Amino acid sequence: MVNQDKIERIKNFFEVALGYSKEEAEEEAKRCLQCKEPACMKGCPVGIDIPAFIKLIAEGRQKEALEKIKEKNNLPGICGRVCPQEDQCEAVCILNKKKIPINPVRNAKALKEINKISNGVNIGALERYAADLEISSTLHAPRSTPRTCGVKPATCSAKIAVVGSGPAGLTCAADLAKMGYQVTLFESLHLAGGVLVYGIPEFRLPKKIVEQEVEYIKSLGVDIHTDTLIGNTYALEDLFREGFKAIFIATGAGLPQFLGIPGENLNRVYSANEFLVRVNLMKSYKFPGYATPVSIGKKAAVIGAGNVAFDCARVALRLGAQVTLVYRRTENEMPARRDEIQNAKEEGITFKLLTQPVKIIDDGKGFVKGLECMAMELGEPDASGRRRPIPLKDSNFVLEVDTVIVAIGQNPNPLLPKVTPGLKTNADGTIAVDKNFMTSIPAVFAGGDIISGAATVISAMGTGKKAAVAIDKYVRDGSQDKAKVSPLKGTL
Amino acid sequence: MFKIIDKRELAKDITEVTIEASVIAQKAQAGQFVAVVIDEKSERIPLTLADWDKDKGTVTLIFQKVGHTTKKLGALNSGGYIEHILGPLGHPTDAKRTGTVVCIGGGVGIAEVYPVSLAFKKAGNRVIGIIGSRSMELLILEDKMKGVCDELFVTTDDGSYGRRGFVTDVLKELLQVIEKSTHTKFPDLVYCIGPVPMMKAVSQLTKDYKIKTIVSLNPIMVDATGMCGSCRCSVGGKTVFGCVDGPDFDGHKVDFEELEKRLKLFADQEGKINPI
Repeated sequence: MVNQDKIERIKNFFEVALGYSKEEAEEEAKRCLQCKEPACMKGCPVGIDIPAFIKLIAEGRQKEALEKIKEKNNLPGICGRVCPQEDQCEAVCILNKKKIPINPVRNAKALKEINKISNGVNIGALERYAADLEISSTLHAPRSTPRTCGVKPATCSAKIAVVGSGPAGLTCAADLAKMGYQVTLFESLHLAGGVLVYGIPEFRLPKKIVEQEVEYIKSLGVDIHTDTLIGNTYALEDLFREGFKAIFIATGAGLPQFLGIPGENLNRVYSANEFLVRVNLMKSYKFPGYATPVSIGKKAAVIGAGNVAFDCARVALRLGAQVTLVYRRTENEMPARRDEIQNAKEEGITFKLLTQPVKIIDDGKGFVKGLECMAMELGEPDASGRRRPIPLKDSNFVLEVDTVIVAIGQNPNPLLPKVTPGLKTNADGTIAVDKNFMTSIPAVFAGGDIISGAATVISAMGTGKKAAVAIDKYVRDGSQDKAKVSPLKGTL
Repeated sequence: MFKIIDKRELAKDITEVTIEASVIAQKAQAGQFVAVVIDEKSERIPLTLADWDKDKGTVTLIFQKVGHTTKKLGALNSGGYIEHILGPLGHPTDAKRTGTVVCIGGGVGIAEVYPVSLAFKKAGNRVIGIIGSRSMELLILEDKMKGVCDELFVTTDDGSYGRRGFVTDVLKELLQVIEKSTHTKFPDLVYCIGPVPMMKAVSQLTKDYKIKTIVSLNPIMVDATGMCGSCRCSVGGKTVFGCVDGPDFDGHKVDFEELEKRLKLFADQEGKINPI
């Protein structure tokens, strides 16, 4: 797949990866060996029939390929872009083992890079290709999408509330709607999509794609209520009183982590969330046409090396700053996707590795003047299996920067558990669930990052999907007991 | 979409709008706020709930037209719409019965201290109100405050109405009188909302007298639900989020200097945005 030119793209927010042409896609699709026991499917958290949709693309039947994907995945345009396929379906593609070179792509250098990353079928790009056909032809899913309802009509029409419209919430809502439930999806922000809207930047996931896939979810019958903060606007108890039979909580990992070093409350120190919310959700890259400002100096340091850190670094670059990514380990330990690391390097982001920030320096007026750091070395592996960074004595130095973006991770959103007595959380702040995704409160389920801690879009979608099945079973079984007691009685 | 059903100009550049927002009105409590997004291109700004009517399903916001967004909001008329309002947000003021409570409001903060004063009164407290503005033409809600306070003092910086001086002057005098008196007691609580320098001055004064003081902070916010940390403040040496940990905090522990600096983060950008 070809990327937008690296010189051009750092001046704009348009998508970096340009996607396959019909010819490229069909050629790539034909490489698939159509394994009898496809390993790729086992690598997919939502269980897409990968060989089947690839075969349809190879045969030029794109629309059917998309339908095949949508049997399992409600958000193909999003997943085709942001799933870490290289660690999932593509990682286990048999072609990796056979070392069959992939078909030539237009850019020889890009080919080299892709070869380094993966020799398997480029499943993600093919998924994106199938999804984009619908989007480019501006085909909205028909309002009368047939609903497959495998349950008794009486429970089929039951009302289910889904809290949070990120990947887990959208997936669970869509699957429940497909089963025939009346689903209401509550979102606290003014736009639906959660992290897909506020977190992932335009150049990696165009908001138009998110909008259209949200439209598709609505077309399945899901009623989306934005501007509704469950816990404040309505308590969970209110939802049961309104007649919802079950609730799915997918409120995500939205609580920013800070380093806890001096100077962190200086001006132009941003959490990754604040920086990305300003730029992505509020569109401050279009300031002053859009009214939300973002103050970015000339030199920015981004702390961290996950996908979010790389998103911040590449956004800061596009806003005109010189960007240094500060990471306490080495490139080998970076949690970000390989191609994002590659993209960032190409775009001119400098890495300051084996470096730990210790203090943010004040310019005397409350703004950042520099970032004091310590050099590190790698010791023995820690609990994560990565080699633990150890500070080197007397190695302090100052990076001259005027903006610091802290992208070292997000914790589970604490808001709803805090105001809901009886909703149990684990020590790390995640909501505790049983194997059926049910929380400590009957009829209240949870999934996505709120149960796992910050993870990927697709793993959140995976739990959303499984929870939908569990909710369906619970509602059908529950309707037989005729239990009329509010599940929250006695806990509130 | 939220419909504006009433709009009034309360004073120079201070506007009151009443909005149909039944769900928010049912849950609203004194001290809470909402996040407002006027339209697609607007900022998300926090505004304290000045009043609400559960039966009519309305909430009332009072704001000073100082920046781009508040001017844009002030340009909307009765019958107009605000696209997004989220709330109620933040912890309600802990307005339980404690005895005598001094409620202090400065500038547009008077709009915000009114529901809090009412809540303290309803909880059975003796409420002394002190409200102040720069001049008479900027003073709002005097009558409403008179209605809920057992005693009300009004100040203007220029002396055009009420007492000349600051709200702290009145508070100081009050405390000095009580100090000398043998039969009156210090107030049990001071609640203060207004410009940062005023909240700072009040907190400094009450600290000397060891009178518990609650201030309602107004840091810059974006999502206003605890997600971004834009509103972080230092209270008692710890970083807190104004939106979800507040907005009420112990005035004796707040780092007001830091708050003042953080409020100036976008001073450069304010000038670049088109006037309405």
